Amino acid sequence: MFDFLEGYDLLGAFWVTVQLTVLSALGSLIWGTVLAGMRVGPIPLMRGFGSAYVNFVRNIPLTIIIVFTSLGLNQTMGVTLGAEEFDSINFRLAVLGLVAYTSAFVCEALRSGINTVPVGQAEAARALGLRFTQVLTLIILPQAFRAVVAPLANVLIALTKNTTVAAAIGVAEAAFLMKGMIENEANTLLIGAVFAFGFVCLTLPTGLLLGWVSKKVAVKR
Amino acid sequence: MSSLLYDAQGPRAKRRNLLYSALFLAVAALVLWWVIGSLAEKDQLDWEKWQPFTDGRTWTTYIWPGLENTLLAAALAMVIALPLGAILGIARLSDHKLVRGVAGTIVEFFRAIPVLILMLFANAVYAGFSGISSDNRPLYAVVTGLVLYNASVLAEIVRAGILSLPKGQSEAAMAIGLRKGQTMRSVLLPQSVTAMLPAIVSQLVVIVKDTALGGALLTFPELMSTISTMSGFNGNIFASFIVVALIFIAINYALTTFAGRLEARLRRGKKSTGAVVGADAAAALSTPGESAGPDGSGGG
Repeated sequence: MFDFLEGYDLLGAFWVTVQLTVLSALGSLIWGTVLAGMRVGPIPLMRGFGSAYVNFVRNIPLTIIIVFTSLGLNQTMGVTLGAEEFDSINFRLAVLGLVAYTSAFVCEALRSGINTVPVGQAEAARALGLRFTQVLTLIILPQAFRAVVAPLANVLIALTKNTTVAAAIGVAEAAFLMKGMIENEANTLLIGAVFAFGFVCLTLPTGLLLGWVSKKVAVKR
Repeated sequence: MSSLLYDAQGPRAKRRNLLYSALFLAVAALVLWWVIGSLAEKDQLDWEKWQPFTDGRTWTTYIWPGLENTLLAAALAMVIALPLGAILGIARLSDHKLVRGVAGTIVEFFRAIPVLILMLFANAVYAGFSGISSDNRPLYAVVTGLVLYNASVLAEIVRAGILSLPKGQSEAAMAIGLRKGQTMRSVLLPQSVTAMLPAIVSQLVVIVKDTALGGALLTFPELMSTISTMSGFNGNIFASFIVVALIFIAINYALTTFAGRLEARLRRGKKSTGAVVGADAAAALSTPGESAGPDGSGGG
């Protein structure tokens, strides 16, 4: 029944999906945290930059960002991100696009987490004479991160699903393989079922696991 | 809250912040200078690359038709997905275990799968098992994908909206002898619709953005793909992508702002029960594995 799978590297394609997810998740966690820091900080210029970035980026379709990294950055401007082969250039461009897009959502999740930390925590820290960076990194962010595990899990799951957009620039991940298989094979329904099952396997356990973690680490107040 | 993270600034802090601002500005200016420099080096800033956008024909041939298709697909998807989502959402709250289970499985399944996979699948199914002409097929496939995904997200919004109402509402309805259906129709739904509005409006943003997937992978002639065609023709990829991004930002920013205002207004309002499924909740409800909380918010 499943012999149509022969000759296709199904696991390889899903492995690329996982790699895209993990690398983009790490990148957007870092850049999103920096953006959130800017948005709650005392310097108006950085606050302005942070909110402009978030409001612009989250309203552009991810497809446009990803296609732009390939057509605009790579083919027009010659950006290769240090890679040489076609495949790895597009992979890195896709990660760049996903990081640029997802950080806006990480930033917003984190900012809502910062808002859940009681005012007294920041006041006490300031009363001790800590400066803004110290208040943020020692007192606020550690509590905020524990509060936003669930929203960040949502961002991560959305990111997992969004990696399929990388198919638009030819990254050989799951959706790209599915498109190819549909063109060559007759088993449309089975192919659909296989890929749907693959994504259910990736996203459902992540949601359940991180939902459990978020209850575990939440600061009890 | 954010202003409470730091003290009112004294003279030293003001000087320091000024220094940081200057540094940030310097770095930003350097980056901008470098970007503009490399753009100019590749001739991307030449007037001829931007000139097409001052020509009315560019707009009538490429941009308006594309925008029309984008909005058409988004509107169709919304109009079909809303009632479907409402049915699924209400079915998830049913007293019958079987109805609850079936609706729950459908919702969790379609939330767990990328929209692109659904679109590709729908396209293949229409190509293989239906008589839809190949001209219309991309639109059908895009709308089908969007409907399947967004109906299940909207189902969660509806469920969260109904759960957000005070329990007394349905108890009172039962006390005056309304049946289950009547309670839902005349007491719970009308109230929860206002509570859900912000989340529904912000879900529209997601739909508008996702139409671009059809342009990139299914030859659906929406805004991004018509502009890509044009940019290939004129060789002005940079200018074109900036214009198309600005159009999307304008539409979606308007929707986002509207959703935010609506939410603030409903939260202030005295007439409603005060229960609101916020715009942020829509994002939280679009991912599988977690059931909707009573107020629909994932945070906290």
